[in-house]
Amino acid sequence: MSTASLTYAAFFFALYLAAHLATRYAVPFADPYLLPIAGLLTAIGLTEIYRLNPTDAFRQGIWIVVAVALFAATLFLLRHDYRRLETYKYLFGLSAIALLLLPILPLLGLTVNGARLWVHIGSLRFQPGELAKIMLIVFLAGYMREKREVLAQGRLKDWGPLLVIWFLAMLVLLETRDLGGGLLYFGIFLAMLYVATARIAYVAVGLGLFLVGAVGVWKVTPHVQDRVTIWLHPWTTNKVYCPISGRLDLRQDCQSYQLVKSLYSIGYGGYGGTGLGKGTVANLNGKQIIPDLNTDFIYSALAQELGLIGAAALLLVYMIFVLRGMRIALLAEDGFSKLAAAGLTFGFALQTFIIVGGILRLIPLTGITLPFVSYGGSSVVANFLLLAGLLLVSNRANRDMLR
Amino acid sequence: MNKQVSHIGIAALVLLSALIVGTTYWQTWANAGLADRQDNEIRLVAQFSIKRGKIYASDGRTLLATNVSEKRAGRTLYFRRYPTGPIFSDVVGYSTQTRNRTGIELSYNDYLTGSNANLDSVVRSALDKLKGTTVTGNDLVLTIRPAAQALALRLLRGKCGAVVALDPSTGRVLVMATSPTYNANLIEDRFGVATRTSLPCGAPLLNRATVGKYPPGSTFKMVTAAAALDTGRFTPDSQFYDPGYCEEYGKQVRNAGNPEAPETFGHVNLSTGFEHSINSVFCNVGKALGAGTILDYAKRFGFYSLPPLELPESERAASGLYDHGRLFDPKHPDTQVDPGRLAFGQERLAVTPLQMAMVAAAIGNHGAEMRPQIVERIVAPGGKKIAHLQPDQLGQPIKRQTADELTRMMELVVTGGTGTAASIPGIKVAGKTGTAEVGRGNIYTAWFAAFAPADAPRVAIAVVLEHQLNGFGGTVSAPIAKQVMEALLR
Repeated sequence: MSTASLTYAAFFFALYLAAHLATRYAVPFADPYLLPIAGLLTAIGLTEIYRLNPTDAFRQGIWIVVAVALFAATLFLLRHDYRRLETYKYLFGLSAIALLLLPILPLLGLTVNGARLWVHIGSLRFQPGELAKIMLIVFLAGYMREKREVLAQGRLKDWGPLLVIWFLAMLVLLETRDLGGGLLYFGIFLAMLYVATARIAYVAVGLGLFLVGAVGVWKVTPHVQDRVTIWLHPWTTNKVYCPISGRLDLRQDCQSYQLVKSLYSIGYGGYGGTGLGKGTVANLNGKQIIPDLNTDFIYSALAQELGLIGAAALLLVYMIFVLRGMRIALLAEDGFSKLAAAGLTFGFALQTFIIVGGILRLIPLTGITLPFVSYGGSSVVANFLLLAGLLLVSNRANRDMLR
Repeated sequence: MNKQVSHIGIAALVLLSALIVGTTYWQTWANAGLADRQDNEIRLVAQFSIKRGKIYASDGRTLLATNVSEKRAGRTLYFRRYPTGPIFSDVVGYSTQTRNRTGIELSYNDYLTGSNANLDSVVRSALDKLKGTTVTGNDLVLTIRPAAQALALRLLRGKCGAVVALDPSTGRVLVMATSPTYNANLIEDRFGVATRTSLPCGAPLLNRATVGKYPPGSTFKMVTAAAALDTGRFTPDSQFYDPGYCEEYGKQVRNAGNPEAPETFGHVNLSTGFEHSINSVFCNVGKALGAGTILDYAKRFGFYSLPPLELPESERAASGLYDHGRLFDPKHPDTQVDPGRLAFGQERLAVTPLQMAMVAAAIGNHGAEMRPQIVERIVAPGGKKIAHLQPDQLGQPIKRQTADELTRMMELVVTGGTGTAASIPGIKVAGKTGTAEVGRGNIYTAWFAAFAPADAPRVAIAVVLEHQLNGFGGTVSAPIAKQVMEALLR
């Protein structure tokens, strides 16, 4: 044990204590499971990031401080009545679109791995999409709560604003080539629509439209075709054209390099894993094998070091979070709270599925962060705000029940 | 709304469960397949993080393979070094990053990396892994005698060929030398240099002792004579008349030597025919026995199957008839194979030096053929012996009496026949020469197979030399066999 790791542990403990005290003070009736789970996941993530790259771990630590501060601030500000947020639903919807649009702006935007998702101010980089997701959920919860009866009847007039904001969001995602984000928002939208209207037909139509749209996008976008090819055939026995180098290469040495190396990493973990910090992340020449290991691919590093037992335990922790989140949605009294809690929780689960499923080749791989665990400031901040939202809803629901 | 909430809750849990299923798939079912992938660098690092066991020659001191450690990216990696350079390369093989493995390094990889299924090793490797200490493999001690091996290589220098020496009563491989050979230390970084040779036959990576397939020439008469005596159809005293040729399919097949004036021996018996390697005698034996019987006896000696040595399968070859490069086992040997030519080792026969040494060893061991073995013992890092060589009889290709009669005939070869160059003062040597035409002028493949001391042999040997201009088995190969046997009997 080095002093550095002890310092991290002490610091992290202090931070968690602060978050706990803030929660106890601001939302005393809130669900007692969620904050410890978030703490556990953040700690696992920070440990793995520290093991991979201590400099990144320091930055992540700072982002966690910022996130916890914003988390506490949110709880304090909204502790009496968060439901007034509903009044500003259109503001939230439009802000979400605006945030999503930021990366397209010429000076601010930044393209990483073929997707234009980043905004940079000086050396500070963040992904506004993460925050937009939460704002969009607040908008959807507010709008659907108000119009749920008429939405269920299917009058086009009431669908207007929903579809406009919706269409804009999808357009922006298409423009920024954020496929994972697109899938995530669409999933959240359908889930919340189903909760609001109880019409399974909407989900069916939505999924149908999604499939049609997906095929359409696949036909016209080389980027998407590439992703699907990688997903279906990551290994080739003969050399094929490699768009990265422009030469002929085996696909596993070209586009599907990261996916394939990540599968090797997971496979190497076996049942028990290599032990934290003892995994192999560099090749014989000491070069890190997977470049994006601590962001998109952190799950494959964890799966190698913790093994099947540890990886399954990690996923079970995510499941507990989802169970508690859905419980909050069930207990909530009013429609807005229900929709918001269900939307936030479903979004949390779906995001986990999209990235880990992509790594496991269940679905095409798209870059997105693993909630609380991946390295990335905007992700940590957004997830702590999501947590704040769930705690606020649960505080109100439990307090009303006790009364 | 609560019903819908629980629905999407279940949907979310199903999605997350799918992740557990997916992870399970990759970490259990697909695990082995992923590990075998050529581009799996993690596996490669893991292999080089293991301190492979050392390999020693039969004296337990001469180090054939050891490790040098190197720190890279905070990890200690172990790379192979071969202190004896080229002397043992064909047996030991190599273990490298880019060229993978060959030889004992490949076939004993499990023991050398401590991943063998032996309970002790399993427990120890698991403990090493848990403690985070370096996994250390088991050491191997081979049966090869370092001094004789070095001598054999020296005698082969500048020539193309191989020497294999066995202990007839136990099957221990005492010498396995091949030329040209390579320096295993150069394989990783200077493959081009390692595989370069000035000899015209090329292919220095080829272990000629076990995969070199040569026309056996008259050494095959050991098999024919064994069949002749063992079937009871002939005795060493059986009479023949040698006109200098043998008639087959209406054509004359002449004895060795100048085709215009073949050596003619007149009235001889089988023993003399063997002593002077008279082709016409064996041609007649072959016609009498038929190709089927001779091939049957060849199979009893191990022809047509991979010799059961501990080298990787790809580094062993079966002996027998070869047709267009493929092993040819005739369904109707009596019509498909020329029995006369087969009997004195022509036809399409191709034989490995190891197989020929096994034939000589079986004759010397009174007809009992022992499994050739190359690993004397396996020692755990603590010094505990995990396994040691146990002599194993492959079979009894010929009766004891046949073997002893054949031994007498082979002794005559060395005392007064074609193989006098192999005689060792004070020790009875039994041998057989072979000079196979390769179809180009006076260039021959020169053989000598022998064992000594004849009554209770401690060594059986096969020597083959390729591309010998006017070089006969008795003149070029027998002296090499003699010197190696002397070194082994000393």
